[in-house]
Amino acid sequence: MRYVLTKLGLFALTLWAAVTLNFILPRLMPGSPLDAALAKLASNGVPITNAQRKAIEVQLGSPHGSVVSQYWDYLGNIATFQFGRSYSDPTRTVAGSILRALPWTLLLVGITTILAFVLGTLLGVYAGWRRGTKADTSVTLGATLFAAFPPFWLGLLLLYVFAFKLDWFAIKGGYSEGLSPNWSPSFLNDAVQHSILPGLTLAVTTLSGWVFGMRNNMINTLGEDYVTFAEANGLHQRTIALRYAARNALLPNVTAFGLSLGAVLGGSVLVEGVFSYPGLGHLLFEAVTNHDYPLMQALFLVLTVSMLTAIFVVDLLYARLDPRVRRA
Amino acid sequence: MSMLQSVSQPTEAAAATVPVGPRRALPGPVLFVTRAFATLWSNGKARIGIVILALFVVIALIAPLVAPDSPTANDFTPYAGPSGAHWFGTTGNGQDVFSQFVYGARVSLLVGIAAGLGATLVAVVLGLISGYRPGVVDHVLSFITNLALVLPGIPLMIILAAYVQSRSVWTIVLVVTFTAWATGSRVIRSQAITLRTRDFVTAAVFSGERLGRVVFREILPNMTSLVAASFFAAATAAVMAEASLEFLGLGNPATISWGTILYQAQQQNALLTGQWLMIFAPGFAIALLALSFTLINFGVDALSNPRLREK
Repeated sequence: MRYVLTKLGLFALTLWAAVTLNFILPRLMPGSPLDAALAKLASNGVPITNAQRKAIEVQLGSPHGSVVSQYWDYLGNIATFQFGRSYSDPTRTVAGSILRALPWTLLLVGITTILAFVLGTLLGVYAGWRRGTKADTSVTLGATLFAAFPPFWLGLLLLYVFAFKLDWFAIKGGYSEGLSPNWSPSFLNDAVQHSILPGLTLAVTTLSGWVFGMRNNMINTLGEDYVTFAEANGLHQRTIALRYAARNALLPNVTAFGLSLGAVLGGSVLVEGVFSYPGLGHLLFEAVTNHDYPLMQALFLVLTVSMLTAIFVVDLLYARLDPRVRRA
Repeated sequence: MSMLQSVSQPTEAAAATVPVGPRRALPGPVLFVTRAFATLWSNGKARIGIVILALFVVIALIAPLVAPDSPTANDFTPYAGPSGAHWFGTTGNGQDVFSQFVYGARVSLLVGIAAGLGATLVAVVLGLISGYRPGVVDHVLSFITNLALVLPGIPLMIILAAYVQSRSVWTIVLVVTFTAWATGSRVIRSQAITLRTRDFVTAAVFSGERLGRVVFREILPNMTSLVAASFFAAATAAVMAEASLEFLGLGNPATISWGTILYQAQQQNALLTGQWLMIFAPGFAIALLALSFTLINFGVDALSNPRLREK
């Protein structure tokens, strides 16, 4: 219980620090994002109401009011999910755009992370177990090579070969044009078809972390006395590898699960941009292109909070898996 | 003090290679670098990495000799596919892609090395202080490190780069430095904690050495491999980040780099016009450069962890 409380306190503190950083960053920067924002809105022919001006000011830092009162307004806005209006599409609120994009990214990132974790861990177990053999070398070198690929570049190549040249997959989007998102089997099938290429890109480029983590853990675990003891007892090689070594080697990899989400989320920004996949990454991609500062800031906040939450949940799970953590 | 160090730590790579006594053929640092290089070279993967990296460095240095045209000359037929005159085709502005590709090596190497050094410097200083000063200092620094570690890197870089108005390579170097130091710092901190209680450090403290000397001259040399590892890791991240930011259009489009070639290619729909080399070549070069850093890091890992050493 004490472990949970400590973790909860740390989670709250980190959350506060991240939210505050998000408040400070635009205020440290030279130039006024506010002026840029208002100019952008005006150039779109949008009449700027006082309420809208105030929302933007609070998000980006305004010359009015003390920093403390600005900070207070900002916290209040976040607590009530008021992120103001998007500049690129002033008819939409930032919160609305994010809510629409969120499920797409959750599914894409969630499924690819689990896929990469399972596949990478299995490959890592295999490479660690067969350490020093040709199989180990090819797994390690292959994983190193794929990790060196910039995700957006791999995405572009897959797009060129499988969507443009071979025409196996759609060239852009999360679903075919003319459809509207619903839960019918035909739509889901269409959505899955669209998510295969971006998912593959993300999974392949994030695989290596799991492979190396697991391989190194395996090598260290295989040097332990209980493995030698199991060998001396004449147990099957496979039993030793999977039930003795891999089970214990898996623990450190579980903690990496939360952190790795950051890499996948980061990669998804560019990959979703390349595939025009309607998730958070694509939204950020567009926000950057359109200098849409409120959207950018809110997205950064959402991405950070999701990462912190994922890490917190993983920490709690870890305590269930490893009793030593609870006692410490 | 050097005596103590080499007596109590005979197996530590750094202690063993810092020469003792007045009769030495080469200055200490040179000898150290030569030996570290020899150890790296003996690792097969690291050797491949060193060769690839050396190749890129040479190309970057003699770029004017390799490139057939000036990278900024725009008097060629635009949107041309690969041909004998323009190996990688031309851009929509009529520039020779191959020449841009050759010159692009300079920016990628510069950003990789500069941001790698910057991030490593921050990691070493914060990690050492945090590890050697338990209590409030360590708590605060560890919290900052953990915070930097859990913030999503690429989105943070995008936000920073979007807010900073000036568009130059150095902006990207700063942004990457700011976001890439945390992992290294954490590793260095934990190593500093284990070294803090070793005999040779206690001896140095009791012989009245100043804090700075104890931390930077006694402890630091014993984690050379960790520092090198965090440099290559940060350099890899920097090369990737530079390409990503420029691909997003957050760099200076006038810079000639692999990232800006990809940005132009994307803007001009190079895939649809059949200029696939304009996308394939720079991305492949980025992958190769990142690969070379990672491969060298295999050798560095093996320096510090004998279990990972190749037989």
